[in-house]
Amino acid sequence: MNIEKFIQDIETEFEDLTPGALKPESIFRDAFDWNSVNALIFIALVNTEYNVVITADDLRKSKTVNDLFVIIQERIK
Amino acid sequence: MALFSSHNVRIKGISACVPKNEYDNMNYRWIPAKERQQLIKTVGVAKRRIAEKGVTTGDLCFHAAEKLIQDIGWKKDEIDILIFIAQARDYHLPATGIILQHRLGLSTKCMTFDVGLGCSGYVYGLSIVSGLLNSFGLKKALLLVGDVSTSSVSYRDKSIYTLFGDAGTATALELDATAPPMHFNLQTDGKEFDAIYIPHSGTRRIADRTSHNLRNFGPGIERNMIHLALDGVRVFNFATMEVPPNVNELLASQQKTVDDIDYFVFHQANLLMNEVIRKKIKIPKEKYPYSIQDFGNTSSASILITLITQLREQVSSEHLTLLLSGFGVGLSWGSVILETKDIMCSELVEV
Repeated sequence: MNIEKFIQDIETEFEDLTPGALKPESIFRDAFDWNSVNALIFIALVNTEYNVVITADDLRKSKTVNDLFVIIQERIK
Repeated sequence: MALFSSHNVRIKGISACVPKNEYDNMNYRWIPAKERQQLIKTVGVAKRRIAEKGVTTGDLCFHAAEKLIQDIGWKKDEIDILIFIAQARDYHLPATGIILQHRLGLSTKCMTFDVGLGCSGYVYGLSIVSGLLNSFGLKKALLLVGDVSTSSVSYRDKSIYTLFGDAGTATALELDATAPPMHFNLQTDGKEFDAIYIPHSGTRRIADRTSHNLRNFGPGIERNMIHLALDGVRVFNFATMEVPPNVNELLASQQKTVDDIDYFVFHQANLLMNEVIRKKIKIPKEKYPYSIQDFGNTSSASILITLITQLREQVSSEHLTLLLSGFGVGLSWGSVILETKDIMCSELVEV
């Protein structure tokens, strides 16, 4: 898993995102219209693609795309 | 480990009843139209049926049962067992099944009790009835399963208001030595009991005046303590992590693969969640019917609502191998592989 692929997965899932706009350092809540439905879509994406569970707490603690990436990467190991 | 097979019990027929009253989720004005559209697209519920105030799970199951008994031509005094399964029961006491025994005109020699389960209730119910018929050598049983989940949901809780629909179902089962076996895999995790629960709904915390006070749980989420509280992320993670291994283990125990099953009829929890589960088990879309778009999440009734509204012709005329799976409140989940042949699949009843 690498962050480029992770960002690509997110951009494929959320069609509203402008391709290339999302960076590792982007604050994900600002990057797109973040709400509880989008949170679930994101959790579903990570679950399907990486078989990793993301909790509501993980989302609360994370700010950037990279923060989420680190959590997922740790759990894949 | 509750991985087992049950023999000698035939499903004779199935039926379901929903309220006529239809709610279009685009009319949910508590949230902006754009958000409604997003919810409908993601969660998958465009319309659902809502019971009028005072219409109970018992009422919907009653109509389903009347239709089924008529369609299969059973004599009412031959029915030995009536099991009623719901979360939303007509009264805290007595058991709703008991009221239905009388209302349906069944014999007082009929054994009746309630089981308090939700989304897993249908699969559990099949195992309970099979076990009872076999152990006691009784002949005929009615399994009544459903919920009026909308009765406990807050209009001001956008996280779940648009999700649930109401429905009641009936299944007729009989002891028959020539019946094909049913294979079950049933599971439980009480650690997560408060992932889906009504806080002040029993004796742990007896409801008082303060229980009715609306509280804020975040943007667009207001409910009181006798409203249903559902922790979406926890439930999502539970179902997507636990249901696929449960199903795969059941398939493996019978030396079967996805190819051996004609249809996978799963609890209609939420489209996004059901799709993650489908992809993880690698079930082709055409083997995985949905009724959630028209009826919402109908709790323990959703498996039969899906069979009756999406597969009625196939179930009525073909010999099918089905894998049914229910999962949710408890947390409780279970799957069953069964064969259906010549079963009466009554037309959907609307009241």
